[in-house]
Order: sequence, then structure tokens, then C-alpha cells
Amino acid sequence: MSMIKAHHLAVSYGHGEAALKVVKDVSFEVQKGETFGLVGESGCGKSTILGALAGRNKQWTGTLEIDGEEIGQKRTRSQLAKQQLVFQDPFGSIHPRHTIGRTLLEPLEIHGKDRRQERIEKVLTDVGLPLNFRYRYPHQLSGGQRQRVAIARALILEPKILLLDEPTSALDVSIQAEILNLLKDLREREQLTYILVSHDLAVVAHLCDRVAIMQSGGFVEVATRQQLLENTVEHPYTRILMDGSRGYVSERRKSDSAALPA
Amino acid sequence: MAKSGTFSNLHDWLISEEFTSARQARLHSIYLAWLSLLANPLAFAGFAVVFLLVVVAALAPVIAFHDPFTQDFAIALQAPSSVHWFGTDEFGRDVFSRLIYGARTTLYITILVTVIVAPIGFVIGATAGYLGGWVDVVLMRITDIFLSFPSLVLALAFSAALGPGIENAVIAIALTVWPPIARLARAETLTFRHADFVIAAELQGAGTGRILLRHIVPLCAPSIIVRLTLNMSSIILTAAGLGFLGLGAQPPMAEWGAMAASGRQYLLDAWWLTTVPGIAILTVSLAFNLLGDGLRDIMDPRNG
Ligand SMILES: Nc1ncnc2c1ncn2[C@@H]1O[C@H](COP(=O)(O)OP(=O)(O)OP(=O)(O)O)[C@@H](O)[C@H]1O
Ligand SMILES: [Mg+2]
Repeated sequence: MSMIKAHHLAVSYGHGEAALKVVKDVSFEVQKGETFGLVGESGCGKSTILGALAGRNKQWTGTLEIDGEEIGQKRTRSQLAKQQLVFQDPFGSIHPRHTIGRTLLEPLEIHGKDRRQERIEKVLTDVGLPLNFRYRYPHQLSGGQRQRVAIARALILEPKILLLDEPTSALDVSIQAEILNLLKDLREREQLTYILVSHDLAVVAHLCDRVAIMQSGGFVEVATRQQLLENTVEHPYTRILMDGSRGYVSERRKSDSAALPA
Repeated sequence: MAKSGTFSNLHDWLISEEFTSARQARLHSIYLAWLSLLANPLAFAGFAVVFLLVVVAALAPVIAFHDPFTQDFAIALQAPSSVHWFGTDEFGRDVFSRLIYGARTTLYITILVTVIVAPIGFVIGATAGYLGGWVDVVLMRITDIFLSFPSLVLALAFSAALGPGIENAVIAIALTVWPPIARLARAETLTFRHADFVIAAELQGAGTGRILLRHIVPLCAPSIIVRLTLNMSSIILTAAGLGFLGLGAQPPMAEWGAMAASGRQYLLDAWWLTTVPGIAILTVSLAFNLLGDGLRDIMDPRNG
């Protein structure tokens, strides 16, 4: 069963003369439980696609179907709760003057949910945070802990889809793996569908079943994980991306091990 | 010994970040603010004077041992003495007692203006900033019109049009004080308008009212509170100015500005009639300024 269907999706910013079409006619389907990756150079429109799916960018054309329901430009509350966005920067995505408990309570209030404290405790446990963190303010948390809070906030409305916009790129390398494993666990446990934006092909290969390679607002190729791992991608642009990423990864390995003996 | 033990336990409990309840988290931030107020002598002096003003106003009938309204021409214009600490005025009323009761008038005007102006200024400014577009244009042009007059002139015009009296003075002053607050609220709102946490709330279905009240208010509150505190001194000065010109509080009500005005005729013979209320106005408005500056250091999120 397909969870997301985008057909001839085009997204633009600005009005009239200044209108700028940033995403040009992309079509894709994501199955339930699948993780679909989006990679491509900076500014190619990855976040814009996520924004259109999340309901943030309202200037899109084409058809969007989420969980079997066709979506319009205006969404109902329950349509908004179907998918949630996890932002790149955990320092800017949590209200600095709300306690963690308050941050998690907010969506429950908006949607008039019951058993609120119980849900907050469950979601904190799910993302691996101690329960008394709910009384803390974000500035009392580390980056990785904040990103867990951001994931908890996204999960508390029990969405079917998480839209992950570079969820680990603002984090320390050692924390990145933790968050990725958490996301992997959650996907299995809650049967979530992910769309994951990342610059790091290693991250993509770790988590994604299929990957769309983007260039200036369009897909150049949709590759499977198999193709990435076996290096049998077809499009030359994908090769360039992969080579760049590989060079970077092995460089980093080298410098890491060089730094180790000390 | 036991007593200091409990105090240090309380201190440890308040300072600890291992919160076990929402109440502890709240008390923690209040306690930290209190500690930083103590660490700033000038701000603390301002706070002490303001606190004293509130206490004096609340306990006026107890503190003032003469009736502020009883006239006795036999003792008119007496110099300060042990009976009449600040002397008597041209009707033989005790200046000290009138000063004490005048604190009530001053506080009444300041608080009322602030309570009226804070929500109006915030709602207008934050709505303009958050919604943008033509709402922003309309609301800000209205604000500009009010801003383009010198505030004392505007207050004077309004209170002359509305007629003398303390309620009208409050309305007139409020009309001149809200535009800068609206400006500030708009500017603050614009800086948070596109923050990820606001977008996150929108994507969870939060409406405009909820975003403004739950998300924008806590962020704007510190700078608005600071601005309001700093404004209190100009409210006091404007109120005194209106009283001085006979447009604010009406006799026999005790009001510092009006007291200074009526003493003007006897400036050479009875210096205390203008000097004492003048010093009171100066002290209190200075105290609000110091407190406001201190609060800015304590509360502004950009300072930590
Ligand atoms: N609010 C906006 N108004 C106008 N143009 C925008 C806006 N947001 C993004 N753009 C433009 O749209 C294009 C795509 O932006 P987008 O944020 O989707 O890129 P991205 O692929 O996510 O890049 P990155 O990897 O750097 O995050 C960019 O050229 C950007 O300049
Ligand atoms: Mg992006």
C-alpha cells in the first residue's frame, strides 16, 4: 500500500513576476514502512519538497495523496497530524522558553487528545529520554537530547510519516549514529514511513530503501540501496555525487585514525 | 545553625537543575532572577524605591498621621517642623501626608496606564508582525500617526478634549504610550516569525491566537516588560505635567504634579511646597529607570 503519492508535483516561491519555480514536476510513490531518501546538492529543492508534503509550502501544483487521501492546499488538523517534520537544527526547532513537557503538551492540546501526561511519558521513553526531562528547558539539554525531543514532539501525535530534513547533520559524529539507530528502531516499532533528506550518502545507504537523486529541482534518478552499495547507479550525476561522498568518507576515516593514537 | 541549614538546603533545591516538578522549575528561574537583581546594586536600589512606593501607597492611612484634606488656615504655609515634617501648604494641609497620599495617585495612574497599554500594544504589534501583508500596513500606519506627535502634546490635547480628571488623564496618557510598545512587539515578532519552532507549531495545527499567546508572548515579554518599566517614569512625568497644568487630578485630590503647581505661587516664601513633590517625582521616575535597566540585563534572552 502506498503511503505517499506525488504526481507531477511542482513547488514555487513568490508571487507574480517574482515567482520562482524551485521544484519542477517530480513524481514518486513511497510505500508504507519504506524509507525514501532525497539527496542532491545544496539548493536543489529537497527541503522544499518536504515543506510541500508537510503543509508548510502551500504554492504547489500537481496531485498529492497521503495515506490514500487526496490532499489540497488547505489541510485539516487530522491531515496535518498524518505527517510531521523533524528539523535540521535542534537548537532552533524547540521553543526556548517552554519546558520540554510544555513543548510536548502543546500538540496534544491543539488536537484535544486525552491521557496527556501518559502520552508524554510514553513518547519520552520511546525516544530514550528520562521522564524528569519534561521539567527542563531546552538550554539545559545537549544537541542530541534536543533532537530526541524534536523527534518526540513529531511522534506524539502518532503520525504515519516522518519527514526528516537532515536530522543528524547538526550533531556530533558520535551522536549521529545514536539518532540514526533511534530512527531505525522507531520505524520498526511504530511502522513509520520516512522521507529522509541528507547530504551524507553513508547515512542514506544506512537507512533508505530507495533514493531520489535531485539536481536543480528535478529527479535525475531513483536508485535502490542495492545499487548504491554495489555502485551500479546509472546516471553520471549520481556517480559524481557518490565519488565526492566516498572521497570525503575515506578522507575522514584517515584523519580520524591519524588523530586516534594520541 | 539549624536555621542557616534550612536556608542553604532551600538554596540548593532552588539552584539545582535536577527538577522533579514543574513548580520547582518555575521557582528556579524566579530565584535566579532574584539573585541577579541582588548582584546589581543600582537595579536593586531602583527595586527598593519602587517597593517602598508600593508599601507607602498601600499603607497611606497608617503612615500619614495628618488628614491630607483637612484645611486649617491658622497653620497655613508653615515651614517643616517636628509636627509637620514637610511643612504645610497654603490651606494648612500637611505636605507629608499629601505626599504619602499622592503616592497612591501616582501608582494608580502608572499601573492603570500599563495595564491598558501592554495588551493593546502587544496585540496590535504582534498581529501586524505575524500576519504581515495589508494587516501589517494598516496597523503600522495607524501607529505611525500616533507616534508622529510629541507625547506630551498629544496627552495634553486628549485630556483637554476629554476634560480634566484622573480617568481622562489615564486614557490620554495610554493613547500616547501604546505606539512604541506596538512597534517593539512587531519587531520582536518578526524575529521569531519564521523560527523553526513556530513553523513546527503551525504544522501541528496551531491557530494564530495560540501562536501569538503561547509562543510569541513568552519571547516578547522580557523586552516589553523592560520597556514598560522604563516607560513608567515618563508616565509619571506626563501625569505630573498634566496635574501641573490642571488637567490631571483635580483638587482636593493629592497629586504630586498638582502639588508642585500650586506651590509655585509661594516659591520664594515656601520652597518646600514645590521642592518636596519635585524630589518625589524625580526619585520615583529615576527608580523606575534603574529598575528597567536592571531588568533588561536580567530578563533579556540575548544576555544569556
Ligand atoms: N522562502 C523562500 N523564498 C524564495 N526562495 C526560496 C525560499 N526558500 C528556498 N528558496 C530557494 O529554493 C531553492 C531550494 O531551496 P531548498 O531549501 O529546498 O534547498 P535544499 O535542497 O534543501 O538545500 P540545502 O541542502 O542547502 O538545505 C533554493 O535555490 C533557495 O534559494
Ligand atoms: Mg534544506
